[in-house]
Amino acid sequence: MMGQLIRFLPLMLVIALGVVLYRGLSLNPQAMPSALVGKTMPDFALQTLINSDKVVTQADLLGDIVLVNVWATWCPTCKYEHPYLVDVAKDPQVKLYGLNYKDERVAAQQWLQHYEDPYVFSIFDEEGSLGLDLGVYGAPETFVIDHHGIIRKRFAGAIDTQVWRREFAPLIAQLIEEKKQGK
Amino acid sequence: MYLIKLVVLFLTLVLSVNQVEASPVDTYEFRDEVTKIRFQALTKELRCPKCQNQNLAGSNSPIAADLRKELYELLQQGKADSEIVHFMVERYGEFVLYRPRVSALTYVLWFGPVLLILLGIIVVIVVVRRKPVAKEVLVLTAEQEDKLKNLLNNK
Repeated sequence: MMGQLIRFLPLMLVIALGVVLYRGLSLNPQAMPSALVGKTMPDFALQTLINSDKVVTQADLLGDIVLVNVWATWCPTCKYEHPYLVDVAKDPQVKLYGLNYKDERVAAQQWLQHYEDPYVFSIFDEEGSLGLDLGVYGAPETFVIDHHGIIRKRFAGAIDTQVWRREFAPLIAQLIEEKKQGK
Repeated sequence: MYLIKLVVLFLTLVLSVNQVEASPVDTYEFRDEVTKIRFQALTKELRCPKCQNQNLAGSNSPIAADLRKELYELLQQGKADSEIVHFMVERYGEFVLYRPRVSALTYVLWFGPVLLILLGIIVVIVVVRRKPVAKEVLVLTAEQEDKLKNLLNNK
């Protein structure tokens, strides 16, 4: 009996290996967990895009359920996701801020005039220093920050209706619940 | 002969591909030779977050250039290698390390191959040392013995 089982052991090992490798095929290697989930928003002091005299810090984002959307005029996908962001901005329970990443001020200001400006304000990160602290490696990216200022999610890529429903809606609902319960 | 030619051709291709690996040129001035060597070593060890199969040294993407610049500045500030690696991991995750750190998550990665080799060696030893199954002893009857002799002699 034992000998019979051992005879099939290699076959079983190969099948197990096959299952593991097959699963690997369907994983998205681009989907990376952010190193910042669970940490507080990094400290920063940067000008807003509209007003170079106004300096904002991480404290200005505190207290609400916040989305920080990394965008730039050089990023075509940002244009694609823009109408969805305008929709998201209509939700009174979340506040949408922009992080204008490695961009030119005038071009970015024109973009916001030309299209609708969905952001409460946009942080002007010309050098990409806040982007670096956030582990941003492209645009668009969107961070979800809870009312304690803890980063809860990072999403790299464009937001549209489907992505919103799949990636964001459940988390936002959970955060609203947490906030209600005073957690 | 044909096969040998094919193999030689293949090897030439493989080797030449390695040789023409292009790398972007930055013009950084280092304060000394050691810092330069450390910069080169770190850009080889750190992975570009955007272009996943390239290290910082070999990538032309803007983010890799930014990270090289940051790395250069950290080196100029006199940060230790471990501090720099920590800085990168804090922002971009364990992912940026081409040589992952030994942790509960990476035990399989680090020790799996050694374990598999040991397992293989054990299996080979067991198989080799196993005593052969006692074979049926063949004994000829006297009649068969005679027949055999006849056959051999009548050749």
